[in-house]
Amino acid sequence: MSVLVFAETSEGKFKKSAFEVTSYGKKVAEQLGTTIVVLTINSNDPTLLYTYGAEKVLNVSNDALKTFNVKIYANIIKQAAEKEGSQVVILDSASNSLYMGPNVAVNLDAGYATNVVALPSATSPFTVKRKTFSNKAFNNTVLKTPVKVISLAKNSYGLIENEVSGSIEEYSPAIIESKLSSTAIEQTTGKVTIADADIVVSGGRGLKGPENWGMVEELAEVLGAATACSKPVSDLGWRPHSEHVGQTGKPVASNLYVAIGISGAIQHLAGVNSSKVKVVINTDPEAPFFKAADYGIVGDAFEVVPKLIEKLKEFKANNA
Amino acid sequence: MKILVCISHVPDTTSKINFTENDTKFDNNGVQFVINPFDEFALTRAMWFKEKQGATVTVVNVGTVATEPTLRKALAIGADNAIRVNTEAIDGFSVARELAEVVKNGGYDLVLAGRESIDYNGEMVPGMLAALLDFSFVNACIGLEIEGDTATISREIDGGKETLTSNLPLIIAGQKGLVQEKDLRIPNMRGIMMARQKPLTIVEPINSNPTTSITSFEKQAAKSACKLVDNVDELISLLHTEAKVI
Repeated sequence: MSVLVFAETSEGKFKKSAFEVTSYGKKVAEQLGTTIVVLTINSNDPTLLYTYGAEKVLNVSNDALKTFNVKIYANIIKQAAEKEGSQVVILDSASNSLYMGPNVAVNLDAGYATNVVALPSATSPFTVKRKTFSNKAFNNTVLKTPVKVISLAKNSYGLIENEVSGSIEEYSPAIIESKLSSTAIEQTTGKVTIADADIVVSGGRGLKGPENWGMVEELAEVLGAATACSKPVSDLGWRPHSEHVGQTGKPVASNLYVAIGISGAIQHLAGVNSSKVKVVINTDPEAPFFKAADYGIVGDAFEVVPKLIEKLKEFKANNA
Repeated sequence: MKILVCISHVPDTTSKINFTENDTKFDNNGVQFVINPFDEFALTRAMWFKEKQGATVTVVNVGTVATEPTLRKALAIGADNAIRVNTEAIDGFSVARELAEVVKNGGYDLVLAGRESIDYNGEMVPGMLAALLDFSFVNACIGLEIEGDTATISREIDGGKETLTSNLPLIIAGQKGLVQEKDLRIPNMRGIMMARQKPLTIVEPINSNPTTSITSFEKQAAKSACKLVDNVDELISLLHTEAKVI
């Protein structure tokens, strides 16, 4: 009996979501009256997981696993879950976890729930609340299988410090064959990604053209934020598709989402309303985004944003 | 090349979401159903392979007779034939098991699906299908080229993209980027007329047991009104002291 958590690393470092799923897994283990085991692959410092309650860490170090492979990784999770007799396996919602989650579930013949937003409301039957209808609603889902796999929605539980004196077990699982091979990885370096960002600054058609994005980027830089855009902006080619947030783009679940010149079509709101605090800057007081936002300024972005940048720089200097 | 495109039948993106029967069922009343937007990217890419590389395209849905208009729409866009597995879709795992039978019986080289459906957002059916069949699988796919038996696939990763190769058979879960939004097709009158004549085969389910069940739904809690502020100083102060996000 145990709860198995997979803590993802990127170039040896834990992502914030790795600490979030560990925090969450510790609590689920308590609910079930069992212990937590955290599996990690090629981490520089697995002891960091102790801070969030990892009593036992299965530490895999193998150069053959440097590049993520869905089938190989999912199989390692299966081996670890079987070895530890895990009845619940917890993943985060990073792109690799969402990629391998279905494979892990099939490997373990397990019911699988994604987009889980809270601790199980019951452990028997095992019931979780998850986001559905593109963030417009939730459903309570019962997982009926002996083993359950869940993936926790980003930024839905938070980091909870719970220092334990844990132990590390060096673990060498078998590595299976895969017909799928990675040939190239292109990663933008030095920029905050939408998936990892605590703050996202997003621009819409109200900005009139790609040449006006300098102030969006500057605002993002001051806030340590990722930049994003609405669907029309990416369709017009003003910004890359990878910045498109909304229902058919990337989901955003940041602490703060700043929408500049975005009217707030229902499809856009569906993609961003998991963000905790939403700020809208728009000239049109009737823009639907004002109904979904927490704070708003009715005004011209070309006047408001430069002032906001200037005042934020002062604020940052005074609060550094 | 034989392509299967999985089509999910979902409420139109602008639908009002309501629940009935004590919040245990989705309220279909007045809701218009469409091809899942993520699946449209997959279908459009399949049409490209049909037109440029002579592929045949079958569309499939696991659902009741209510989903047939959505399959007919996919035929009107240009798919050659359709299959409906005659059972209500209860959970992702059981849908994947039904689809696995369809793939085994049809001998498809390539299965295209959307990354997720915009109603239940499970993000699991294509990946489970691949695991059940032991086919190669790429999620969040933003590019797909096929030369002979070899596929070159790109997928979105956090902060970038990865390029992969695999032999067929292959399953991909697509999203925007697989084709551009402007390339999505609207059925024309000729397509709609032709779709009526195209075969839509009804297959009986294997009736695998669902692994999950939904016990109830909740709507998003009503949120408090937006605080309108007059100047950026006030905004910064509220974000710092009230919202505590900066």
